[in-house]
Amino acid sequence: MLKKVRTRRKWAVLAYAELGRAAPRNPVAARAVLAALIFPLVLMFSPLVSVLAHSQERMAASPPGGGQGASPQSGAVQDQEETPQELDGWERPIIALPKDRKPAPAPRRDISGIWDPGLNGIGMLGAKAMPDDGKPEHQPPYTPLGLQMLAHAKPNSGTRAVLPGDTNDPVFKYGDPQGVPREDLYELRTIQIYLSPQNMAILYQFNKVWRVIWTDGRKLPENPEPRWFGYSVGKWVDDYTFVVETIGMNDVAWVDRIGRPHSADLRVEERFHRPDRDHLELTVTIDDPKMYTRPWVALDKLVFELQPPSFDVREMIWSPSQYEKYNKLMGITPSEKDTH
Amino acid sequence: MNRKLRIILCLGLAVSIFSSRLVAHHGAAAYDTDKKVTVKGTVTDWLWSNPHCILQLDATDDSGQVVHWVTETENPSSMIRNGWTKDSFKVGVEISVLLVPSKISGRTGRIVEVTFPDGHKLLGRGIAVTPAKPDESAKP
Repeated sequence: MLKKVRTRRKWAVLAYAELGRAAPRNPVAARAVLAALIFPLVLMFSPLVSVLAHSQERMAASPPGGGQGASPQSGAVQDQEETPQELDGWERPIIALPKDRKPAPAPRRDISGIWDPGLNGIGMLGAKAMPDDGKPEHQPPYTPLGLQMLAHAKPNSGTRAVLPGDTNDPVFKYGDPQGVPREDLYELRTIQIYLSPQNMAILYQFNKVWRVIWTDGRKLPENPEPRWFGYSVGKWVDDYTFVVETIGMNDVAWVDRIGRPHSADLRVEERFHRPDRDHLELTVTIDDPKMYTRPWVALDKLVFELQPPSFDVREMIWSPSQYEKYNKLMGITPSEKDTH
Repeated sequence: MNRKLRIILCLGLAVSIFSSRLVAHHGAAAYDTDKKVTVKGTVTDWLWSNPHCILQLDATDDSGQVVHWVTETENPSSMIRNGWTKDSFKVGVEISVLLVPSKISGRTGRIVEVTFPDGHKLLGRGIAVTPAKPDESAKP
């Protein structure tokens, strides 16, 4: 083995020497000498070049600082070890979050970034902190009117579930927007939070919905025209907790997947707390004196995990035409007249 | 594909009933969650779409008749987490599908798992192959 290596090295030396002698009188030979010298060097250093190029690519994927997206201040996920898994929609490897990610303190007054709650925000049984599972302690404090309105709702999930073709869920039956607070309580998937000096915007994966929460000090309107998503203002109550107040919703939407009602007097509080760099907790409280005798917590510290700044949020849109096709294929038809 | 080969490969319909209760909140209303059915057949269509992805296949029953099945999973965003993609199935491929049958429509069901000829599997969601958390079940 050693002899073979030595023989190869000898032939290589002789080849270089021969090319070197020929170089001064032959330009072609000169270029060959140059190539013969450079090529092995390129091979030797190519792994290093690759690492540097990859590093540049990651830097390019990171947004500049200033609070938009997951800035280096708010994120720092890009500094962690990467483990490519499946591909995202752009056919790039999805960067898995390292399991041994070192904890780091949250940046002050910054919850910007791409946040993923996994599959913990789907809310099939309604508000996650108050699931419709038949347990008395999970029954919100309905007023008589609240119970009456609840009886009109025909969800196809929970203890009062009807067959899929018989539901009068406004989202599935008509393609209505979810509005506030249902946007937080059903199909809450990946969210993107952007901060500006005047407001904060939240982009929701489900149905590509966005909201604006004003932080410029304005007051909530006293006599608002109803909106699906109402009117939201927010403020920092400490350096790591941002509280949003929302009013002015219409009375068409359901509170959650199982048809809990709300009136136009509904007030919703969303409390975003960032305990460390990589986590965000969301707590949602419902206050509607017409439908409930006291405020109740619908979502209790739902945990989101910070994603890399280049994370691709896949499209997840509930489309009436696709739903119709789905129902047709699955043989789902109404079994009785709905009363919605 | 040669029809004879297809019929040979389509091992027909094997029904097995288990007593285990499955966890699927939507399924509790629309599916017979006390039963599991194994369907072996040939893929005729794979729809990667919301609200749920749909896999269609032709199987052959005991009398030699071709039986068409329409089976569903969850939405693409959830299924990606289980390794499913828009290219998971090609028309003509023989597969075995373990499913929970629908109460409301014949020859439809909710996929528990799919087994490919080489033995590898794709797992469904919301139906308890592994114990599912309440919020991991499906809509609508």
